[in-house]
Amino acid sequence: MSFTVSIQTQDFDVSQELAALRTGDARVGAVCSFLGTVRERNDGSSVASMALEHYPGMTEKSISAMMDEAKKRFDIFAARVIHRVGLLQPEDQIVFVAVTSAHRGESFKACEFLMDYLKTQAPFWKKEVTPEGARWVDARVSDDQALARWGIAATNTVAK
Amino acid sequence: MSGTLHVTLNINLKYFASIREAIGLGGESVVTQAATLQALRDELIARGGGYADALAHGRAVRMALNQDLCQESAALSEGCEVAFFPPVTGG
Repeated sequence: MSFTVSIQTQDFDVSQELAALRTGDARVGAVCSFLGTVRERNDGSSVASMALEHYPGMTEKSISAMMDEAKKRFDIFAARVIHRVGLLQPEDQIVFVAVTSAHRGESFKACEFLMDYLKTQAPFWKKEVTPEGARWVDARVSDDQALARWGIAATNTVAK
Repeated sequence: MSGTLHVTLNINLKYFASIREAIGLGGESVVTQAATLQALRDELIARGGGYADALAHGRAVRMALNQDLCQESAALSEGCEVAFFPPVTGG
């Protein structure tokens, strides 16, 4: 199989994605995935909806680069990243990362690595609509720290 | 002439999220003599208004050159694409 990225407004079917990722590759003994969804509360406010903006071109380029890095670090066969953009509601699916490998350890690690990388290196921005008005979501220092665990310095939240 | 050669570059600028809103544009083409991302940022700050607010030093402004994240010291080239945006919040 392959390493593919989709940036899309439409929803996706997790079962179909998982089946497509491993079908035809009998080396696969493990499939790990992460699904991110819209929470109804964030930073103390209720969230009515969320608009996701991205940088077309750079988004795909940065996620392809992170997949190349994952291939170097982990013994994995295939990976799939889907990220939605546009207007989303609480409970909607936002992001999906799935990885296949022979044994679980490599795909567990690669899946977490890809999510940690995406959080601080892929150009997406969330704007929430709350009762207090619309607001851009703040980046978290803890996300920089998560990537640092893999030996990659992230400076997403650093002022300069 | 006293040494410094000023090369004029045509650059495509892109702005995203809160920086796009503050400036009021998604992008623009500029002609500049700035040699680095930092010099270009300073040139835009000097325009005042939303540019000065959004790109002020001390803010968490991230920059990409030809769609790769870059430090301010990165050198500009003819026809390059430069983007300014706040910290990313995907996932």
